[in-house]
Amino acid sequence: MALLEVRDLRVSFDTPDGTVRAVRGLSFDVEAGQTLAVVGESGSGKSVATQTITGLTRGAKVSGTAYFDGTDLITADQATLRRLRGAQIGMIFQDPLSSLHPQYRIGWQIVEMIRAHDLTIGKQAARKRAAELLTLVGIPRASERIDDYPHQFSGGMRQRVMIAMAMALDPALLIADEPTTALDVTVQAQVLNVMRRLQEQFGTAIILITHDLGVVAEMADEVVVMYAGAVMERAPRRDIFYRNHHPYTQGLLASLPARSGDRLTPIQGTPPSLISLPKGCPFAARCSHVFDKCSEPPPLTDVGGDPRHQSACWLPHDVNEAVAS
Amino acid sequence: MNDVLLKVDDVRKEFPTHSKEVVQAVAGVSLEVHKGETLGLVGETGCGKSSLARCMAHLYDVTSGSVWFEGHEISKLSRKAMRPLRRDVQVIFQDPYGSLNPRRRVGSIIGDPFAIHNIASGNERKKKVQELMELVGLNPEHYNRFPAEFSGGQRQRIGVARALALRPKLVICDEPVSALDVSIQAQIINLLSDLQREFDLTYVFISHDLSVVRHVSDRIAVMYLGKIVELAPTSELFGQTRHPYTRALLSALPVADPDTADSRQQIILGGDIPAATNPPTGCRFHTRCPKARLDCTAEEPALEPVLDDKPDHRAACLYPLTVGEDLSTAVPDLKAS
Repeated sequence: MALLEVRDLRVSFDTPDGTVRAVRGLSFDVEAGQTLAVVGESGSGKSVATQTITGLTRGAKVSGTAYFDGTDLITADQATLRRLRGAQIGMIFQDPLSSLHPQYRIGWQIVEMIRAHDLTIGKQAARKRAAELLTLVGIPRASERIDDYPHQFSGGMRQRVMIAMAMALDPALLIADEPTTALDVTVQAQVLNVMRRLQEQFGTAIILITHDLGVVAEMADEVVVMYAGAVMERAPRRDIFYRNHHPYTQGLLASLPARSGDRLTPIQGTPPSLISLPKGCPFAARCSHVFDKCSEPPPLTDVGGDPRHQSACWLPHDVNEAVAS
Repeated sequence: MNDVLLKVDDVRKEFPTHSKEVVQAVAGVSLEVHKGETLGLVGETGCGKSSLARCMAHLYDVTSGSVWFEGHEISKLSRKAMRPLRRDVQVIFQDPYGSLNPRRRVGSIIGDPFAIHNIASGNERKKKVQELMELVGLNPEHYNRFPAEFSGGQRQRIGVARALALRPKLVICDEPVSALDVSIQAQIINLLSDLQREFDLTYVFISHDLSVVRHVSDRIAVMYLGKIVELAPTSELFGQTRHPYTRALLSALPVADPDTADSRQQIILGGDIPAATNPPTGCRFHTRCPKARLDCTAEEPALEPVLDDKPDHRAACLYPLTVGEDLSTAVPDLKAS
């Protein structure tokens, strides 16, 4: 059994303009010690999905199940979620500055986080643990810097502090929502390196939410490609890049600036409104392979007989390299 | 080259801070922009690339040095004297949300340049604006809409239309695609390259994204802490990288290719970019450079051709990289011998 099993997750929000269907039937597994990358563009539902799993989308209409280690996170009460969040499931977000309280020293914040879950750990022991964690994520002179305020750290260092805090109680799962998007590339490389090292050391499973296919290629074991709230394609990392099936996956890869001076191949048009989605395939309006069948919603089915590789597209699934990208 | 459109000569731009320190945003940059080319300007947050761009467009007054456009010095011109030249030098900004007035209709935003320069009014202006909208891929019927009714990519098209209204010679693109999703980003990059061909435009293209800059640029200048550390034709910058910072920047860029990602040796720089209020002595990169030696802390290297490079490839480094040199195993040695 996988560490986290999400089945048919649906999330919608009522707004004055109508119901926004942010996530529409999302299923995925996260195996212990593995990295699942969820990739998609703005509004694809990738962040909403993981926030819902951790109980952070108040006011949303939610259905489906998300079993984490035997507990359904969707129906779990707040007390259970509080116990799991932080201790079993660590989270880091895009903007480390707004995730840290500006008026408290970072050591204090890590200690509070540790003791909120386990009061048997004394203050001094928790403080010692905080310093160890800061060293672990590569903050120099950790025992001094533990008494600094968040604004005294650079963006990359703040994200390290967030990782230290998320890893404080040795969680089984780390949800990283665009953890390096706000960082410069050289700093991004440092932070990704820290995440990889900690995963090796502690066997933490990671859900990595990103829009950056480069980060996916560097970090992922499995990849889920989302568009308009639904999964378009899922596959092991190499299959997504070298044997992809869905025209949206292909479109994303083709949009990347190539090494040559050749013209880029963008995906024409813009994503559909999540309030008035088309009946059939959500990508049909922008797809160059569109045909009459696309007016019906395509199910997620195996590609080339491999149950680990699935695509939600009506194009033939029997040949792996059916449509070369 | 004699077809120099814009020349930047030892430009410095400093900003005072509350604590009486001075931020050296641009610390002595000289370069030339040739007619018809795209010059890429890359670097990380705070390297001064946007400040330099604003000095180029004379949106900032330079602290010292000079900027020359078509042989005329523009860096000392008053706002009024600069106005006729604004027709020739235009800027496209990063944020398609912040750079458009939300309470004005798109037609009037794009029509502004015609009004300011008294070029067209009434129906003639409307006709010109609609032609521009068509040119950048917007529906001319949306003339009376507000910016909020457009998506991010469409808003960036509005910014492009406004910049091109007066048929400028030089367009400074400051992170024009950084706020956009990849599929939309590719649309705007293609649009910019089509327009360049059609109107013989010269671009200065600023981005923190090396893969985008590599795609659009003929030449690239890499900046670090207010200085250019390397300047070269695109293929040479990537093929014959001389400056360790350039190499580290290239190496840090995630590549969307698992085989490359698995096989390459990444160079992961230690530490953070130092504060621009108190830059390191000597070579500003020496605090993070894997190859740093003692003289790097004292001597500031000039930006000039190194080893056997042609004059168009310049690097500011005392110990430039040779082709194939492995930087991932280098260790700094700052002890006196």
